[in-house]
Amino acid sequence: MPDRLTTVVVIGAGHAGLAMSRCVAERGIDHVVLERGEVANSWRTERWDSLRLLTPNWCSRLPGYAYGGDDPDGYMNMAQVIDFIGEYATAISAPVETGTTVTSVREAAPGFRVETDRGAWHCRAIVLASGACNIPAVPKLAGDLPNDILSIDTKTYRKPSDLPDGGVMVVGGSATGTQLAREIHRSGRPVVLSTGEHVRLPRVYRGRDILWWMDACGLQDETYFEVEDLERARTVPSLQLTGTDTRETLDLNALTDEGVRLVGKLAGLRDDSALFSGSLNNVCALADLKMNRLLTTVDEWATKAGLDSTMPDPHRFETTRVPNRPPLTMKLCAEGIRSIVWATGYRPDYSWLHVPVFDRKGRVRHNGGVVDWPGMYLMGMQFLRRRKSSLIDGAGEDARDLAAHLADWLDGRGQSA
Amino acid sequence: MEPTEQTVDNGVNVGALLEAREALTAAPEAARFQWRANCEWKNGTHSHSSVESFFGLGEEQRHRKVFTFNSDHPELFASEDHGATPVEYVLVGLASCLTAGIAAVAQHRGIQLRLVKATIEGDMDVQGILGIDSDVRNGFDGINVSYQIDADASREDIEALVAQSQKRSAVFDIVTNPTNVSVTVK
Repeated sequence: MPDRLTTVVVIGAGHAGLAMSRCVAERGIDHVVLERGEVANSWRTERWDSLRLLTPNWCSRLPGYAYGGDDPDGYMNMAQVIDFIGEYATAISAPVETGTTVTSVREAAPGFRVETDRGAWHCRAIVLASGACNIPAVPKLAGDLPNDILSIDTKTYRKPSDLPDGGVMVVGGSATGTQLAREIHRSGRPVVLSTGEHVRLPRVYRGRDILWWMDACGLQDETYFEVEDLERARTVPSLQLTGTDTRETLDLNALTDEGVRLVGKLAGLRDDSALFSGSLNNVCALADLKMNRLLTTVDEWATKAGLDSTMPDPHRFETTRVPNRPPLTMKLCAEGIRSIVWATGYRPDYSWLHVPVFDRKGRVRHNGGVVDWPGMYLMGMQFLRRRKSSLIDGAGEDARDLAAHLADWLDGRGQSA
Repeated sequence: MEPTEQTVDNGVNVGALLEAREALTAAPEAARFQWRANCEWKNGTHSHSSVESFFGLGEEQRHRKVFTFNSDHPELFASEDHGATPVEYVLVGLASCLTAGIAAVAQHRGIQLRLVKATIEGDMDVQGILGIDSDVRNGFDGINVSYQIDADASREDIEALVAQSQKRSAVFDIVTNPTNVSVTVK
């Protein structure tokens, strides 16, 4: 079969790829969206059962589409996310080729050759929208685990009953780790939560969702060229939030109240014992300080915006309660730990990308999503162009910016990000 | 640069540190350092150590001069007390590392320091090192560092300084996390 021709190939039909599809379509640019599974594939196949978006429904805004239901302050469950993204694909008539797995992308001047398991494409420009969360970033020390302890990552985990009865160590204190620690502990499997640096936030502050504050005061719109330490901003752990009907805060204190035991960052596994860092006090102090700094920022904004009389007074939350002497070692078997859940984040999979665009750590070199290779663009990564880039709500503005750059490039005009 | 930063002087050349960070980001192989010490037994528990050379920025480096350290144990251990105990050197290392970090972070954040004093205490049950009880560890069972800081900053900013200095401290990391140690005989 001869190569099919198109101007732009978008890889991935999640919210980011679809937003880009919509923005290039608006410019009349011929394109195709290649999707290995169904639309919203990762949401369908790689998430645990109880997961809900950590952003409220009103935050689900995409170019030419937004949440229109009757619960703007709620949080979508996975079925609703899949429906939402699917409806978006339909609404914008995105040219999605589902069930098409990209197996390689190579330079084929002028442009790229994209091989799939259903034939090849030749295109002038390419958009990488295959997501930031493809491969669980399980630390190497997982290999030192005793064989009789089940080791499971969060791409595989679905529900507490996937785990054997008995104690569970959850490694990672960000959004995923805290949510799983709670549901596993509630299932009757006592949980030890090992945490390093994390980002503590209240779900609701002064009567408003914390994301409402961050959006309203402009924090979410801070751009990649404004932020003080971009490297740090791109690697900061996910917000310690959960989406529930009661809008409760899920921080380490809430977990401690439920009986979850806190330990420091997992530093090693030796002789069937886990070793933890003695830095738990400091990572909790850092998280408290950073949360309070954020609350001060939004309080100052509220005063300036004249909102103080319309909402509850500013207040601060209890500092994180750290055990007096958190254990530094734990004999896993003696403590009854039967499984370990690695909530240690993800990295993207670019094993199919055969264009030399990687830095020494295997990350795609880019400037605000404009990849260091003419005609190649990146979407859906943390702080790609702005603080909200990794959220559904951030895809729209990134896609508009990058579609404009892409259109200029196709026309042989401007190259700046 | 904000005007306040020009008047803040903690004696730390932050510009040079930031330039070094940039240069080492571009050439990470130059960031491989090796720190060294030599130690020679004198008598009893008394030993004499020195540091002079180290490796970094791709080549052999040298301190301005040789620094020497006597280490021994107090007389109540039936020793002659020619110097600080090794565990006290660890406390000195931790305190001086955190304190240097506080100065550097303060300079970077435009905070003038007037006084920084640390008291550091390491608690130890010597039943461990004396082999009396194998359930007692040899090392510290806890370390407390208490800072007294006078600076042009709010209490919260000062706490943030201290927290950040722990986050970036080599000795804090060495003390709080396990390290593979290989000891051989030539």
